[in-house]
Amino acid sequence: MAHYELRCRECGRTWGNQPRSICDDCFSPLEVTYDYDALRAALLRGSNGHGAFSREAISQRPPNMWRYSELLPLPQGFEPRLPVGFTPLLQAPHLAERLGAQARNLYIKNDAVCLPTLSFKDRVVAVALAQARAFGFDTVSCSSTGNLANAVAAHAAREGLKAWIFIPADLEPAKILGTNVYGAKVVRIAGNYDQVNRLCSQIADEHRWGFVNVNLRPYYAEGSKTVGFEIAEQLGWRLPDNLVCPMAGGSLITKIKKAFDELVKLGLVEAKEVKFFGAQATGCSPISTAIKTGSAEIEPQKPATIARSLAIGNPADGHYAIKTIKSSGGWSEDVSDPEVIDSIRLLAETEGIFTETAGGVTVGTAAKLYRQDRILPEETTVLCVTGNGLKTTDALAGVYRTEQPIAPKLVEFENYLRRTLDVAEVPGVIAAREEAASVGA
Amino acid sequence: MAIKVQIPSALRRLTAGASSLTCTASNLEQLFSVLDEKFPDLKPHLRDDKGQVRRFLNIYVNEEDIRFLGGPEYAFQEGDEVLLVPSIAGG
Repeated sequence: MAHYELRCRECGRTWGNQPRSICDDCFSPLEVTYDYDALRAALLRGSNGHGAFSREAISQRPPNMWRYSELLPLPQGFEPRLPVGFTPLLQAPHLAERLGAQARNLYIKNDAVCLPTLSFKDRVVAVALAQARAFGFDTVSCSSTGNLANAVAAHAAREGLKAWIFIPADLEPAKILGTNVYGAKVVRIAGNYDQVNRLCSQIADEHRWGFVNVNLRPYYAEGSKTVGFEIAEQLGWRLPDNLVCPMAGGSLITKIKKAFDELVKLGLVEAKEVKFFGAQATGCSPISTAIKTGSAEIEPQKPATIARSLAIGNPADGHYAIKTIKSSGGWSEDVSDPEVIDSIRLLAETEGIFTETAGGVTVGTAAKLYRQDRILPEETTVLCVTGNGLKTTDALAGVYRTEQPIAPKLVEFENYLRRTLDVAEVPGVIAAREEAASVGA
Repeated sequence: MAIKVQIPSALRRLTAGASSLTCTASNLEQLFSVLDEKFPDLKPHLRDDKGQVRRFLNIYVNEEDIRFLGGPEYAFQEGDEVLLVPSIAGG
């Protein structure tokens, strides 16, 4: 028997394991819950075929998200076919200097290099498709702002499943192409994500497809916990003081919190009061607006931002994201589109990480939080970068000039150098050139 | 105003299998009263113990979230199509 099952987040009714995301009694969302007592005992005994679930045992496992399989809702006998996750947790000393943090205390969790499709959505899809196959679906589907589309299409190809992907028609071209290429059927909808999503709820009602973020959503969402497990392990089995996380539907931030709580429950890390900070774009900020106005409820918005991967105006987990942030003593902020672009550039220039617009939102928000003294320089702070900048290059269109080419001659380059560089910035180059000139004379 | 209400499959066990209902209502409050009367089993699923519409129930009018149309203040127009979506997922 599985050590997990679906439970209503509000009324507590249990639903076993089946493809469903809603409690029929009260219409509230379902979540996967685990029998932690049984799990704890089994993990200590190592009787589930994986060996003991200790820090040492985990560290010996392959470097991917499946090293935390015991805390994921995976079907019996599931054999992973893709090494998803275990992305780098990088110290960010140069960014820290720019944000006003102490160099050793700022970290980037870099899911811009999550495999196979370069966003954290690979984690959730990996779990959802494991269940899709177990439930007997031959077609998987999703509503998506782009990254999820890429992930479902790629994983479906790998698993030999058909994929139908529903997207807002104005999605970034790279994200559409990055879905088409896997052979998925892409359905462009003339509407925003919330309209696509509502349509998918209706389609899921009529067709027996595995919608990863509708009827498989409780399982899918658990995949996000692996971001939290990895952060804790990569910090040397300890929790950070603060976590800054981008928010679209609001699920990720709640699942990282759940991951930290589970590690504490199982004795893998010491308990700590981690502050959770949510990041949104001002043009689509239903969750941060609720936090800043002290509301416990979401007022839906019509998105208008370049951060399209976060452009969800009616976030499914908004209510729970608010609870996670407020109960932790954290906060939420939002940033304008120009700030998003500046922050993408800042992260790239300081740490060599090219993130998509959502990452710009996170870095820009973190900068605000340091300025507001909500995050202090000496505190250990992790910023979640969840996607890759190569997918949203159009956001940077016009930022960089296309230079006129120069002839392939040294003299042309020397002229170019003189025209381009501020002499004060490159004394070594200028001095060497002057020396060469005087020798020549 | 005559409006048409689409019933999602999750609720059809409470509406004797009916997938839609045409009724007369001029606003949301009246619509809920009609539904309460017509399908008494449905009532506790649509409203909580305090009689409030349940937090996760989403209501759309002609594909638009009713909250963008004024919510409870919205006056139904002749021929409006109302869709009830229990707990939007996604994201």
